[in-house]
Amino acid sequence: MALQSLDITARSATTTPSPSVRGTLQVAKLIDISKCIGCKACQTACMEWNDLRDEVGHNHGVYDNPRDLTDQSWTVMRFSEVEVEQGRLEWLIRKDGCMHCAEPGCLKACPSPGAIVQYANGIVDFHEENCIGCGYCITGCPFNIPRISKKDHKAYKCTLCSDRVAVGMEPACVKTCPTGAIVFGSKEDMIHHAEGRIEDLKERGYGNAALYDPPGVGGTHVMYVLQHGDQPELYAGLPKDPHISPLVGLWKGVTKPLMSLGIGLAVFAGFFHYVTAGPKEVDAHDEEKSS
Amino acid sequence: MTNHWVDIKNTDLVLIMGGNAAEAHPCGFKWVTEAKAHRKAKLIVVDPRFTRSAAVSDYYAPIRAGTDIAFLGGVINYLLSHDRIHHEYVKNYTDFSFLVKDEFAFENGIYSGYNPEARKYDKSSWGYQIGPDGYVVTDPSLENPRCVYQLMKAHYARYTPDMVFTICGTPKEAFLKVCEMIATTAAPDKTMTVMYALGWTQHSQGSQIIRTGAMVQLLLGNIGAAGGGMNALRGHSNIQGLTDLGLLSNLLPGYMTLPGDAEQDYKAYIDKRAFKPLRPGQLSYWSNYGKFFVSTMKAWYGDSASAGNNWCYDWLPKLDKGYDILQVFENMNQGKMNGYICQGFNPLASAPCKIKVSTGLSKLKYLVIIDPLATETSEFWQNHGEYNDVDPAKIQTEVFRLPSTCFAEEDGSLVNSGRWLQWHWKAAEPPGDAKGDQEIMAGIFLRLKAMYKKDGGAFPEPILNLTWKHRQPDAPSPEELAREFSGKALKDVTDPKDPTRVLVKAGEQLNGFAELRDDGSTICGCWLFSGAWTEKGNMMARRDNSDPFGIGQTLNWAFSWPANRRVLYNRASCDPNGKPYDPARKLIAWDAASGKWSGSDIPDFKADSPPEDGMSPFIMNPEGVARFFAVDKMAEGPFPEHYEPFESPLATNPLHPANAAARANPAARVFKEDWSTFGKPDKFPYVCTTYRLTEHFHFWTKHVRLNAIVQPEQFVEIDEELAQQKGIKAGDHVRVKSNRGFIVAVAVVTKRLRALEIAGKKVHTVGVPIHWGFLGLARNGYITNTLTPFVGDGNTQTPEFKSFLVDLEKV
Amino acid sequence: MSRLIQRYTTGERNTHWVVAIAFVLAALSGLALFHPAFFFLTHLFGGGPWTRILHPFIGVLMSLFFIAMAMRFWRLNHITPADRQWMGRIKDVLCNRDENLPELGKYNAGQKILFWTMVVTMPLLLLTGIAIWQPWFAPYVPVWLMRVAVVIHALSAWILILGIIVHVYAAIWVKGTVRAMTRGTVTEAWARHHHRAWYRETTGK
Repeated sequence: MALQSLDITARSATTTPSPSVRGTLQVAKLIDISKCIGCKACQTACMEWNDLRDEVGHNHGVYDNPRDLTDQSWTVMRFSEVEVEQGRLEWLIRKDGCMHCAEPGCLKACPSPGAIVQYANGIVDFHEENCIGCGYCITGCPFNIPRISKKDHKAYKCTLCSDRVAVGMEPACVKTCPTGAIVFGSKEDMIHHAEGRIEDLKERGYGNAALYDPPGVGGTHVMYVLQHGDQPELYAGLPKDPHISPLVGLWKGVTKPLMSLGIGLAVFAGFFHYVTAGPKEVDAHDEEKSS
Repeated sequence: MTNHWVDIKNTDLVLIMGGNAAEAHPCGFKWVTEAKAHRKAKLIVVDPRFTRSAAVSDYYAPIRAGTDIAFLGGVINYLLSHDRIHHEYVKNYTDFSFLVKDEFAFENGIYSGYNPEARKYDKSSWGYQIGPDGYVVTDPSLENPRCVYQLMKAHYARYTPDMVFTICGTPKEAFLKVCEMIATTAAPDKTMTVMYALGWTQHSQGSQIIRTGAMVQLLLGNIGAAGGGMNALRGHSNIQGLTDLGLLSNLLPGYMTLPGDAEQDYKAYIDKRAFKPLRPGQLSYWSNYGKFFVSTMKAWYGDSASAGNNWCYDWLPKLDKGYDILQVFENMNQGKMNGYICQGFNPLASAPCKIKVSTGLSKLKYLVIIDPLATETSEFWQNHGEYNDVDPAKIQTEVFRLPSTCFAEEDGSLVNSGRWLQWHWKAAEPPGDAKGDQEIMAGIFLRLKAMYKKDGGAFPEPILNLTWKHRQPDAPSPEELAREFSGKALKDVTDPKDPTRVLVKAGEQLNGFAELRDDGSTICGCWLFSGAWTEKGNMMARRDNSDPFGIGQTLNWAFSWPANRRVLYNRASCDPNGKPYDPARKLIAWDAASGKWSGSDIPDFKADSPPEDGMSPFIMNPEGVARFFAVDKMAEGPFPEHYEPFESPLATNPLHPANAAARANPAARVFKEDWSTFGKPDKFPYVCTTYRLTEHFHFWTKHVRLNAIVQPEQFVEIDEELAQQKGIKAGDHVRVKSNRGFIVAVAVVTKRLRALEIAGKKVHTVGVPIHWGFLGLARNGYITNTLTPFVGDGNTQTPEFKSFLVDLEKV
Repeated sequence: MSRLIQRYTTGERNTHWVVAIAFVLAALSGLALFHPAFFFLTHLFGGGPWTRILHPFIGVLMSLFFIAMAMRFWRLNHITPADRQWMGRIKDVLCNRDENLPELGKYNAGQKILFWTMVVTMPLLLLTGIAIWQPWFAPYVPVWLMRVAVVIHALSAWILILGIIVHVYAAIWVKGTVRAMTRGTVTEAWARHHHRAWYRETTGK
């Protein structure tokens, strides 16, 4: 879903460096949950810009609709009713979608060269024309984001509107957000903006307000301002310390070349054994005895 | 709104009550977040439900639906008894010191002059004491027990925190916390804004709820100031324009009123409305009523209207009663109507008590629907299974469906909540055979006119002589209509002080309503909109958002009525000497050097009247000041009193347990047959309230795929305790029934609703969003207004959608 | 040339070769998705998506035929004391000092170990493969289980591939072996030399 004009810093299933001589500003989207009213304008803008139309579903006894991310819903609002302080209800509404990790697990897990790329500006994008539909990205993602289309069996997720960002526009969700809960800019500016918001929240009694930019995945290019920064799980299960699963690390890490090497060695061992020890042949005695 | 959307960013405290701005007005709500971010403003939400607005609030207090007067009365009591009021403001700018007639009384919940049979008041005792000089008698010491201050203090002394808890169920500490936060804005340099909407209007005492809110704001000195005001958030993009243009049965454009049956005499009609000042030195701007009226009549009837025939006064209908929506459907039910033209309106879905609406429509001979969408009303006769279970064979009404354009398919102006007339341009061609509303109406009008011309009729003159000077008579353009409502001079208009000075030449567009004349030399379709299209062009189309004072006063963006003024009563933002109470948020100030009021806004005042002349800021009132005592303006009485909703879990009004007549609004109109349709708490124990969701717009967007995706299916909200009692889990289907019918929907079980303790008993609230129906792309469902009672506010007849009784069961 | 004796029936040979061919295809397509260095192998299968589509079907085919084969050979693969002795002298085996080796039945310990390796890895591959099979089953599997599954799948496949490499090499290395699976027969001399107990049992000599 992406434009090739952006420089690439990482490319899935590729062991050599990608073209990346141009220095690009690191961008980030900041979602201030304390300002979010859950209006779903971002969902709608996402559908409009990306020409997505999900099914008209059902009500499942909650406000969340569509119920979950799908190949047609790249972002959804997740509503959580919590009482952090006894007797003080809070309705925490989190816009869920791709976090654009600095160390993307999806990219690490992907077996298809160039199906997932990381641009120099930090956006992690899927190139569906290279996607083979194996779903490994799902296992790699610590946030449970990618979804496989039932129609074309390709993986889809938020692109951070890489096509808009490439030409200097903000993502569609940011443009539409009526309360300014979603803002976009350089990662540095967004962290600075968040600091101001956190100060304000602390003054309003949220002593644990914090920025969510989890180091376990090298930081993210979508960040949250959380009223309860000490308990991200309150926000519909936002992981407290997300990281790429050690299983995925094991599978896609150093073992992968080692195992490949092992297979090669086995073949070579056989060859040299043959050359050294020679074939195992029936001896004359056996010939004699059995004739 | 007295103020405007952008001005909300100037506030120190936002009170959202009787509304859910984040949910229903998400774009406007951005200004709340601006105030929070840049002024460290606080947000209070008082609502029966923990809403999307509450989700971003600093403090939330629960309240039982329909008890807002008790809550706000409690706030008034708190402010008065703790002396947390803006003294200089109330003393100078309100009727605090005015003396009230001795005959005026309030006993047992009923004001003097009540006629229980007619359910109406004789309001003659509801007035001021008038001195021999013709002016109201005042007592600046405020000690006279008949002064408004003393009467009000006594009236609201009964609204103690305990009484608030009994009636509203709001815990005492929550109520007192809200009071304390509100009281901080009594400081002259602090303001609070009140944002309300249908949560206040849709009650049998809705107008009085709003009045109580306004009284709180007056006590705090928050009316007229930047970041203050009483801000009604309108539910349709042009519903403000609808009332401004007088599209209600009893109104003429610009809040002029139609004469009643008894008002056959033109001069008496004008005199009654052109109020003379009630205090010395006051402006009483309505004294210009005649100029507005004559200019409107000239716009309508042109050369036919002359001084000799009282400007065609006799051609205006004289009302025997109001023909509000409830009255109209009552008449239909009584078989008194043949036809109904239903333009941009879906009464089967949006009027109360669907069965009554459906029965009424079934008795018509014909029904004309003008709408861009296939509305439920247009298919009221068709069987849609459980959702609309009617027998088409038994309905003889002939239905005509005339497809019209939607807003994006036409040019025109919309008036927003902040009174801005904003021009918009066509973005798309209408589909199929759809025609603009003007074109459809012109078609009907021209055919009627031809028939009257050919066949005559009982009263052809108003039709035959109506001005219809359009380039294309069958398709009047929005520009032509806009120029007409803004007004122009027929003859040279001269300066009254200097008749040689011509202000506007004959044939030119007027600059504003100050140039209107009552001699037939000006025409103006709506005096309030005058100046929207001047010789400089279309003021509504201006898009300069420069904000030279940094407080959101963008005077060159569109046009704001009246006179491009952005904040009403802005003279009251200054002290009596003309200095702003908060110089950092200056709207206007007296500039002695130039001898004029000036600043970031157009003064809502006589621009050259110096402070020492003592003219008061509320120039539309003949008193010159704001009224706590509403004299005879309201149906229920001069001071708002809490009455129970018509369907309430309480058998009596806790304020007047002994008086059955004071249980529900004694002045609300109830049709005879409807009394029996009200449910009682023994059978219907739960309070039900209906509302809108941010994902949908009324009954329109269920026809839109994107909206249907983000909120696909009808649901009802219930609290966890009630769900447990009834064995209901989130996602189960439940039947909600009132005494008028039932709906079935998915249950959303939530912590955001909770049982309240009301007068010692536990009361649950059931929440029902309105947006579904039997047509559209979203999953079809029941019409929510199947449940609602056929009774309205005592003044406006706005139906009581927000508080009634239901029972609930798992399906 | 000594006389020939039957080692595998036609059915056994065909089953073996179905498993073998399926294995080669599954291994190549699996390796293609395992490491970028092997991704070029997807071209053998019509590109990436086709590789993803075909691989699981090939795997299921391999598993089904392996079940038939495993049932047939189960009894013959019990480890005996002679097998342990044989394993103890694996150096002699590798250095072709066959005179030091014990008499063996139809299979030697190496073959038996391969058999049991396959008995363990095949079901693991099948089950974990199903768990990550897009688009049919994976959407209903929790992500944590998919993560476990891919690791087990990769590990099992690796072990199996190594085992098969040894298996193929052994067939090439031990002269006269390949015909057992191509023609079904081996020479009596071959049988006597490598599997004397089986030879005696079969021929009565």
